[in-house]
Amino acid sequence: MTLAAPFALPQRATPYALTGPALLVFLGLVIIPLGMTVLLSFYDWGQYKGIVPEFTLKNWLEIATDSYFFEIFLRTFRISVLVTLATILIGVPEAYILNRMSPAWRSAFLLVVIGPLLVSVVARTLGWALLLGSTGLVNQGLIALGLISTPLEFMFTETGVVIALTHVLIPFMILAVWASLQRLDPQIENAASSLGAGSLTIWRRVILPQVVPGILSGSIIVFALAASAFASPAIIGGRRLKVASTLAYDEFLNTLNWPLGAAVATLLLVALVLIIVGSNRLVERRYAQVFE
Amino acid sequence: MSHLVLEGLGKSYGSVAAVDGLDLSVERGEFVSLLGPSGCGKTTTLQMIAGFATVDRGRILLDGQDLGHVPPSKRGLGIVFQSYALFPHMTVAENIAFGLEMRRIDKAEREKRTLDAMALVGLKGFSDRYPRRMSGGQQQRVALARALVIKPALLLLDEPLSNLDAKLREEMQGELRQIQRSVGTTTILVTHDQQEAMALSDRIVLMNHGRVEQIGAPDSVYGAPSTSFVAHFLGKTNVLTATGDGAGVIGIEALSLCLPAVPRGLVRIAVRPERLVFAAADAPGFQARIISCVFQGAHWLLGAESAAGKLTIIRHNDGAGVPAEGESVRLAFAAGDVSILPQDLSDGVAP
Ligand SMILES: Nc1ncnc2c1ncn2[C@@H]1O[C@H](COP(=O)(O)OP(=O)(O)O)[C@@H](O)[C@H]1O
Ligand SMILES: [Mg+2]
Repeated sequence: MTLAAPFALPQRATPYALTGPALLVFLGLVIIPLGMTVLLSFYDWGQYKGIVPEFTLKNWLEIATDSYFFEIFLRTFRISVLVTLATILIGVPEAYILNRMSPAWRSAFLLVVIGPLLVSVVARTLGWALLLGSTGLVNQGLIALGLISTPLEFMFTETGVVIALTHVLIPFMILAVWASLQRLDPQIENAASSLGAGSLTIWRRVILPQVVPGILSGSIIVFALAASAFASPAIIGGRRLKVASTLAYDEFLNTLNWPLGAAVATLLLVALVLIIVGSNRLVERRYAQVFE
Repeated sequence: MSHLVLEGLGKSYGSVAAVDGLDLSVERGEFVSLLGPSGCGKTTTLQMIAGFATVDRGRILLDGQDLGHVPPSKRGLGIVFQSYALFPHMTVAENIAFGLEMRRIDKAEREKRTLDAMALVGLKGFSDRYPRRMSGGQQQRVALARALVIKPALLLLDEPLSNLDAKLREEMQGELRQIQRSVGTTTILVTHDQQEAMALSDRIVLMNHGRVEQIGAPDSVYGAPSTSFVAHFLGKTNVLTATGDGAGVIGIEALSLCLPAVPRGLVRIAVRPERLVFAAADAPGFQARIISCVFQGAHWLLGAESAAGKLTIIRHNDGAGVPAEGESVRLAFAAGDVSILPQDLSDGVAP
């Protein structure tokens, strides 16, 4: 085969030449800073001496032994799991309803669903802070309805953070589930109903199993974004309710203990990668037979 | 009483009547095809019988019972969809057993009936396969087994073979026919493929624009199309202009034939290409000139021009040879091969 190129490359080099530039950018913008962060987590730090480029396990030992860090990571994990569950519970039925709507209504509601993504996280979270505050609309409403007598605590609580993050992240779940709903055979519900299945059975036995891959990929995205979210936990949770990302931020910018912050960030990254890769494996093994 | 009766069935989408006053009676065990061009309302009719589409006008009676307010899940009909609509997350056996499970049939009997159904459609040994790992023809069989295993009152098939390649389709046609005969389930097939309808059905319902054009056994509809639409849709046909005497004779040039009832003046008639024969120079007939000649193996397809209209002639390859292009020939046909078409020219296909 002859290539009519001005300069001919050996055939096997072509893929490398073509992906090279992107690889370089990736290396420069992601891998190198990441590597430096990991490296930084092994440096020494002191109140008066600052960062000392000397290999030490001090930061890692501190994280491993101090229950303060364990508590924060556990909280981050708990919030992420709750947010993921909430987006599944709300997002899956919402995606199903969206999928059943007539095209005109669907595009209108799709805009409503994706809406949160178009508003700055900070503006949106401040909105939640106004709603959830002790004199906020939610508490005033509940008190007016006589459901509660004293305001509920949302601000600076995990509940508040979970509510705000669920709102922020639910579009990802809805879009992922919607994508897998669109792959369903349009006649599949009719087929099931002709065989004698009622609507609840159709949902449980036919629809849900087929959207599980969508739910799982949505969950992975939501979980990862919830675990590494910064703005919402920072505004709703404040300094009192720290999560991994706000902890790393504080170490970097308040305590100025960069090596410890780097260790926290690295641990968050590694934990996320492990959780995501692990659950992905599980899903692939479980569903390889059915979905390719 | 007929097994299934459709009475003045109608459905509109907006201002468009998808199905418009359809009357049909189907006997127990019969195989009936709804045949017509795309968009003529076949699927809509089937969906109304299945209960997936609401009925705007008319009634559907199954064994005398009005199906009007019976939900699809309670109708007990077996349906094979064009896309098969198999459950991709279930194995073949689970797919087939689904309907039995919904009927709360106990496990032992369920397994037995599932295996029987798989044997019926020739899928022995495929129990644990997933649909995605099967060929189109095999998926088709699963869909058929899933519909038949519930012993449905009716089997409804919507273009079931249209996703298969030509050779497989022919094979499946034979098998479908044989399976339907052996289980004896009343079957309604929707198709736009006239060859498929003729090969499979006891009766064909020819539809156009949501209305029935003609109902009858395949050979009788083919042999005596009642409208020019039917004549053209079912096989090839020639529409010729003859002269009627108003009593019982029509003629084209030197050919004159006695028919039961003939209008006066110019008459549109249909004659099948394989019924046109070459006549001797002194025998009754009419003049035509061959303008094309296409060899098709078992027969030749000849195109000809005559004063009565353009013609297609099928000449069987019996070793006698055919006239060449440009040659003049003398054609004739028998009285029994003529269908007199409605003289109203607005009934669909122009002559
Ligand atoms: N859901 C629908 N909404 C609007 N029009 C429809 C719908 N389904 C069918 N139609 C219209 O009804 C007519 C008959 O359709 P259909 O029964 O699907 O025809 P066929 O199966 O014979 O090809 C067509 O003109 C089609 O456009
Ligand atoms: Mg159709």
